[in-house]
Amino acid sequence: MSVKTFRFRLTPYFFFIGPLIIYSIWVIGPMIYTIYLSFTNWDGVSSPALIGWRNYQKLFRDPVFYISLTNNLKWMLCFITLPVIAGLALALVLNRNIPGAKFFKTSFYSPMVLSLVVCGLIWSWMYHPAKGLINETFRAINLDMLAKGWLSDHRLVMWAIIAVGVWRQVGYVMVLYLAGLQGIDPTLVDASKVDGCNQWQTIRHVILPLLSPVTVVVVVISIIDSLRAFDLVSVMTRGGPYYSSSVLANFMYIEAFNNYKMGYGAAISAILFLLSAIFIFIYLWRVLQTELEY
Amino acid sequence: MSARRFFRSPWRTAGYILLVIVTLLWLVPFGQAILTSFRSYDDIMIRGFFSWPRTISLNSYREAWIRGGLSRYLPNSFIITIPSLVLTLLFSSLSAYALARFRFPGNRALYFLYVGGTMLPFQVLMLPVFRLTNALGLYDTYWGLIAFHTAFQLGFCTFLLRNYMRTVPGEILEAARMDGCSEFRIWWQIMMPLTLPALAALATLEFTWIFNDYLWAIILLRSDQLKPVTAGLATLQGQYVTDWTVIVAGALIATVPTVIVFLFLQRYFIEGLTLGATK
Repeated sequence: MSVKTFRFRLTPYFFFIGPLIIYSIWVIGPMIYTIYLSFTNWDGVSSPALIGWRNYQKLFRDPVFYISLTNNLKWMLCFITLPVIAGLALALVLNRNIPGAKFFKTSFYSPMVLSLVVCGLIWSWMYHPAKGLINETFRAINLDMLAKGWLSDHRLVMWAIIAVGVWRQVGYVMVLYLAGLQGIDPTLVDASKVDGCNQWQTIRHVILPLLSPVTVVVVVISIIDSLRAFDLVSVMTRGGPYYSSSVLANFMYIEAFNNYKMGYGAAISAILFLLSAIFIFIYLWRVLQTELEY
Repeated sequence: MSARRFFRSPWRTAGYILLVIVTLLWLVPFGQAILTSFRSYDDIMIRGFFSWPRTISLNSYREAWIRGGLSRYLPNSFIITIPSLVLTLLFSSLSAYALARFRFPGNRALYFLYVGGTMLPFQVLMLPVFRLTNALGLYDTYWGLIAFHTAFQLGFCTFLLRNYMRTVPGEILEAARMDGCSEFRIWWQIMMPLTLPALAALATLEFTWIFNDYLWAIILLRSDQLKPVTAGLATLQGQYVTDWTVIVAGALIATVPTVIVFLFLQRYFIEGLTLGATK
């Protein structure tokens, strides 16, 4: 091998070695290290010592863990249904050239530029039991019984927070579906009309199947986003009242940074990692398939 | 379709009215926040939300900006966001170039590592990264946060840029190679200019994401003087727990930078989002 071809073979490594080192130190390494920490009794100060499965045994007996897990599942169910349906419907409507389409689109995706902290604060004020807009509106139209303590009632609080997440997510899903619709060959839609399909049949049998790759992406993103839920809960309730709005990420944060049970927190994060790994693999499998089409 | 023809069908008109109502409802949180921010809290508390404001003033904004500390938090957000943004774009364009242009063992595995990392609920990394910043002496400095953002966003940026770079015709690069151009110059002088549209889209999106981060700011920083605006708002909330007009005014101030970016670079923002998901 001449020096020149040898240099050429090595070139790609020069390009990715820097980024790969950074990525390994800050992302890949910590991902593995968190699993290790979950088997230790680390308290954040002294050095961690291995204690076997004890964190997990404790975790599986902890009622807060099950509340948090159920809340994440509620979040997930809402996220893979409501924003997906609403976003798809909006995309189908706004993809046609209706008057003011640009205004509608901008309105729906504007919540996305706000940080979740800002969303949480603005909505906390809307949910304010005494003078918040929602309760004030119910009182103004004499529906006082609907004026609730949205963030203080343990049966309502989780749904009230998820609603904020949904509010912010709809625009995102809409944008993804709009892009998907742009990619559909219009002759296919025209052909279905020539064949006598009505509008509903065209959507059901032509457009939706063509959008299925987008749907896969949207569902996976929604699931991952629901597992990432943290900011809204942290700002709006900190998981209260009595853990009723706790989610896994929040539970982990409180155990690790407020109670200094970092090893226990790592066990929670290991569970979160396992849950997400399922969906990450589904997604990677899909990426692999599109890769092989090249 | 002209507006007049569009509204000829009564069903379509009804549907349109429904759409207008839903859209306006969607904007209500913004509207009520803006209205609240100009009023005084006592006024709302005594006379209710639906009352004609006694006074309209910028007092809540002044309070949030000066005593609430937003004048300090907001610049911090930029100090953290801009270096992270530049570094992550630089590094990811390097690795994306390698992945898009060269065949080497492990190319696909590396690509999957980046894509997989992007999808990770980042809270999983919370405790090890906390420990790492402590060990490296970066805890409670801007640099710890910048390093983490740079590294974590590498995944998404590499994924997106790699796919974009693959669409650049190979002949251009081949011609440069024939002329004796070094790989490094091909990357910087040919590939980077050609990737500019994707870089612009990505920069817009990443700016918003890094700027809006809250979790890492509360984990890797402790000093109030270093906090970015998201973490600052949480502090403000604790400080003004009984004065919602100041909290809401603060929240509105915090959105100004991202809203400006969004208004002027909306096209890029949307492009960035869709580039990532439809490829």
